[in-house]
Amino acid sequence: MTLLGFRLPGFSSLILWALLWELVGRLDLTFFVPPLSEVVVTLVQILPTPAFLSALGETAQAFLLGVLAAVLAGVPLGILMGRNRLLDELLLPWVNIFLSAPLTALVPVLMVLFGFGMLSIVITTTLFAIWIIILNARAGVLQINRSLVEMAKSFGASPFDAFFKIYFWAALPEILGGVRIGIIRAVKGVIIGQLLISVVGFGALFELYSTNFLMAHFWAVLIVLFALAFAISELLAHLERRVAYYAARR
Amino acid sequence: MQETTVAMSRTESARRDADPSGPQGAAVDNAVSVRCVSKTFGSVEALKNLSLDFPRGELTSLLGPSGCGKTTLLKIIAGLLEPSSGRVEVGGEAVTGPGPDRAFVFQDFALLPWASVLRNVAFGLELRGMAKSEREAIAEKHICEVGLAGFEHSYPHQLSGGMRQRVGLARALAVDADVLLMDEPFSAVDEQTRRKFQEDLLDLVRNERKTFIFVTHSIEEAVYVSDQIAILLPRPSRVSEIIRPSGFRDKGADNLRRDPEYLDIVDSIWASLRSYVE
Repeated sequence: MTLLGFRLPGFSSLILWALLWELVGRLDLTFFVPPLSEVVVTLVQILPTPAFLSALGETAQAFLLGVLAAVLAGVPLGILMGRNRLLDELLLPWVNIFLSAPLTALVPVLMVLFGFGMLSIVITTTLFAIWIIILNARAGVLQINRSLVEMAKSFGASPFDAFFKIYFWAALPEILGGVRIGIIRAVKGVIIGQLLISVVGFGALFELYSTNFLMAHFWAVLIVLFALAFAISELLAHLERRVAYYAARR
Repeated sequence: MQETTVAMSRTESARRDADPSGPQGAAVDNAVSVRCVSKTFGSVEALKNLSLDFPRGELTSLLGPSGCGKTTLLKIIAGLLEPSSGRVEVGGEAVTGPGPDRAFVFQDFALLPWASVLRNVAFGLELRGMAKSEREAIAEKHICEVGLAGFEHSYPHQLSGGMRQRVGLARALAVDADVLLMDEPFSAVDEQTRRKFQEDLLDLVRNERKTFIFVTHSIEEAVYVSDQIAILLPRPSRVSEIIRPSGFRDKGADNLRRDPEYLDIVDSIWASLRSYVE
């Protein structure tokens, strides 16, 4: 982007917002916003502490398990819904309901069903991620070129071959898009799970810092979380660009 | 003289139509026979009681106005569609689905966009479970044959339309089926490429000893490449006549298009189709 003839470097807007944050913090307008520099110093301080690292480990574990379950269940289910009219009619209303449902309200039900431990947190994460993954995989299959399917059939493809050699690859651009959005939603899910179900991981840190008014600590953890979510999402966007060459030509 | 040939072949076709189960089966070796096939989509009658024979080692065109069911008939022979009634035999066996004795060439090429030319050409063999080195050796041979040597590791989006259809053709040749089913294979390529394709197709029919079933909407193309032309008329589709051009086949590609018999047949087909074109 250029402004007044000057070419602006990438992340210029971030620099602007960081300066504003620093300014608001220095002006001491509210205890809620400490200066960014103080947050960064706190971040560097707490990063190597065992409390932070174990929280990171707990959160990462629940997050990865939840996302894995959402992908492993969501992608095949979405593909099957795209192929089978009956299954689609049966399940699509539920998928749409859960996509827009306030899942946080369901967390107490999950606690009753699955207890107060890791399992409930993982399931919460999965429930946040899976619906958009299903919908995108389904959309990917629905736009598949009919003659690719006929081609596979005419050369004797079994349903198994058709699934793994045609449908999956043809829907891959949409599947990756769905997984990317699903992962962003899963970040929300894992933190809500850790806050509401059993106060562990990053959820416990947020709880601890906010109740003790340690706002610099609070923001530091939030920045780490943002950075991780952003990195994963960018990685997937990169994968999406690698299959983009055929997304327009299926 | 040429006129007589056309007239004679028409008489023959009239006899065949009148008695589809007639005694000619013993005299002519048919690779594919279609017997009294009907096909309805909902309330639409696409094909009605259609019978047609495809002699072995020859190229038969299915020609007719759009919507006359030629692609439907081809897909029924391929086993991709089921006829509502009637039967199709390939090599004497009734068709119940797709089989290794038939290979399909698609109008829109139907290449895997995420796979290289080599994998695309070998895909039919891959689906049959052939080992990778073996199927790639066969695929490479056919890639050379269709003139794409050097493009083995290109992807479909890097090729021109004509080159993509050569990949589609190589894939169909690689599985070594007896019958090649071609659904308007040259309609998505430009005119000059198309002419080259038609000349190559004549060589292919001569050299491969396979049976070709070729759907086209171009009268000139049908007359140019075919040993036998079945003219289908629409709503519902039936075979209105069978033409066997015979006099100009060995005059060479260069003289064919100005041969009097060629021009006469093109004219007479247009005369019979004209009234069906909106």
